[in-house]
Amino acid sequence: MSDTLAPAAPARTRSPWRSRLSRWDLKGSPYAFISPFFILFAIFGAFPLLYTFWVSLHAWPLLGEHTFTGLDNYQKLLSDEQFWNAAKNTFGIFVVSTVPQYALALWLAVTLNRKIRARTLFRIGVVIPNVTSVAAVTLIFGMIFAKGFGLANWMLSWFGVASIDWTAHTWSSWLAISMMVDWRWTGYNALIFLAAMQAIPSDLYEAAAIDGASRTRQFWSVTLPLLRPTILFTTITSIIGGVQLFTEPLLFAPGAGAIQGGTLRQFQTLTMYLIENGFTRFEFGYAGAVAWMIFLLVLVISLINILIVRRISGAD
Amino acid sequence: MSPSMRGGRRLVALAAVAGLALTMAACGSDDDEGGTGSDEQITLKVSTFGTFGYDALYKEYEASHPNIKIVESNEGDLGKYTNALTQRIAAGSGAGDVVAIEEGAIIQFLQAPDKFVNFQDEGFNELKGNWLDWKNAQATTADGKTTIGLGTDVGGLAMCYRSDLFKEAGLPTDRDEVSALWPTWDEYIATGKKFLEGTKGDAKFVDSATNTYNSILMQDAGNTTGYTYFDRDNKLVFDTNPAVKSAWDTTNKVLDAGLSANLKSFTTEWNAAFKGGDFATIACPAWMTANIKGQAGDAGEGKWDIATVPGGSGSWGGSFLAVPTQSKHQEAAVELAKFLSSPEGQLSAFNEAGNLPSSPQDFEDPALKDFKNEYFSDAPVADIFVQGAKSLKPVYLGAKNQAVRDAIENDLRSVEQGQRTSEEGWQQAIQSAKAAAGV
Repeated sequence: MSDTLAPAAPARTRSPWRSRLSRWDLKGSPYAFISPFFILFAIFGAFPLLYTFWVSLHAWPLLGEHTFTGLDNYQKLLSDEQFWNAAKNTFGIFVVSTVPQYALALWLAVTLNRKIRARTLFRIGVVIPNVTSVAAVTLIFGMIFAKGFGLANWMLSWFGVASIDWTAHTWSSWLAISMMVDWRWTGYNALIFLAAMQAIPSDLYEAAAIDGASRTRQFWSVTLPLLRPTILFTTITSIIGGVQLFTEPLLFAPGAGAIQGGTLRQFQTLTMYLIENGFTRFEFGYAGAVAWMIFLLVLVISLINILIVRRISGAD
Repeated sequence: MSPSMRGGRRLVALAAVAGLALTMAACGSDDDEGGTGSDEQITLKVSTFGTFGYDALYKEYEASHPNIKIVESNEGDLGKYTNALTQRIAAGSGAGDVVAIEEGAIIQFLQAPDKFVNFQDEGFNELKGNWLDWKNAQATTADGKTTIGLGTDVGGLAMCYRSDLFKEAGLPTDRDEVSALWPTWDEYIATGKKFLEGTKGDAKFVDSATNTYNSILMQDAGNTTGYTYFDRDNKLVFDTNPAVKSAWDTTNKVLDAGLSANLKSFTTEWNAAFKGGDFATIACPAWMTANIKGQAGDAGEGKWDIATVPGGSGSWGGSFLAVPTQSKHQEAAVELAKFLSSPEGQLSAFNEAGNLPSSPQDFEDPALKDFKNEYFSDAPVADIFVQGAKSLKPVYLGAKNQAVRDAIENDLRSVEQGQRTSEEGWQQAIQSAKAAAGV
């Protein structure tokens, strides 16, 4: 923008003022048109991000003195067992939920891509879980997985399985939370896969059919390779969502100390640990450091994900 | 970049700031301005949680102070309330003129005494006989110079029990005889073992380990060191304070004897267990009686009774009224807080909501002494709770008490659920306490 003010050769035919105006219009107005995003991003995105970093460099109790401590919080965080435990839980639950979720979503997408009756109805149907309130879903799943009178234990009892205290063990709590996540997100991912599948040209399938490829073979050799960019996209959004996992584990075992995610902290996620530091320990500096570590972790994992998917597509 | 450009940008920044300031001023403009003048109309905002039972008092105060209007904002959930209040106090605006603070939270607010009116400058020293000594001590800074809260109620501790389950197990049911069963926690555990042997159903003796642990801890600390997780210099002494270890060990004896129903407090399963009669006793502060009545419902009427708590005394919960310095009507707010927390005010709140007063004068009042709770087999509720509250010794709780307590309770629960042995749980608790205290 500063160019506009720099002395430039005046236009010969028009008045200098008009010329300057039109030049400004040409060079400046695109910036003006895109500025709303950047202004909003600066206020609601960049500023909180940077301010959080500033806070994380301090010992910052909510009430009382703030003292600058440099990178102390980060140093402490690297050797903080509870933080790494939360990281382990977050990614554990992410893997346990995402793998079956993708398999199911792909199967749903393939099914909905076929010529079946009331296709639109089913297509709308699969996203309905996504628009329900997370808290409501979690409360209902909480009842399903209740220790004493839960639906899950009742159904397991048909097969002679002794009743399980779902919140007490690592595996059972991860499984229960993953089911809540999957219930909400499988249909959403299925619709994205479906959209990508419909963009695959039908002559590829025709050619494959002429070559004698079965439906299964067509799926593995045509559909799946062409879905790779879509899978990359959904994986990144899933990682971002997975790292932010909060409501489901929080409401899974409500009551006193819910933020700790179980008696052994076996399902405390990163965001829960962040909130625990901020709002039960009131250590905003340390909570800020946790927030930045989460941000960096997402960044690193997304980069690794991109590299892996590139490598796979490059191999073909 | 040319200098003129920089100037222009500065102007833009200035305009933006001015705009922001204008919007903020607009947001804040609904407050009544200034004025402690006696004729000016002012509105006082009182922020409370749970039930404080002040409706009658507000009417009375408004009648005698025609220039004052009182508006109460109430939040049901204590955790949510304390969080919001903490943030508003830290932010410097948005808190009420008179705010209620629970005893577990007041320690944290004492870390920022400058955010609240010091009642010692407002004639507190002449009034302090209106409250129990330990109640005053809880709202006063360690150096004794600043008092930020005036006591409202106390959670004098008793032991509520199901007389029908006791009868079935062949134990006495009369409240005096039951009290005589357990002068100490060891005898309470012995009674629990007898109960399990005698009972025909599968009811356990106590709801959970944590409630028992917290009660024992306050007693042991009161009898020995006078503090729990933090000493008076706010240093974490979790693993060296004998009171903590002895409370932990006694609680583990309860667990080893298989007395606990393993129910986490304030969950749906815990609530359901009141109705199902899944446990026979529960550590019972005054406010718990309303909870039992609500959860057990009509079917439980006359089945519950109240005995004294093992160890003789105890307290769980209770609140204060404070005036934030951010209030625009500090003088008027201080007057109102004094009125609400006066012995007469506390008695009125007891009549309205059953909150046990923290004023020794009220303990002698027949309106309190002779009160009998119909639901609890006509137990002289107030009398039993007063016994618990009067003899309690003050215990200092550190600034991060709540955070450490949350962490320890969780580790205790892991022992209760059989995920750790008592020793493993104790070692873990030492680590958790350090993490929660930020050491």
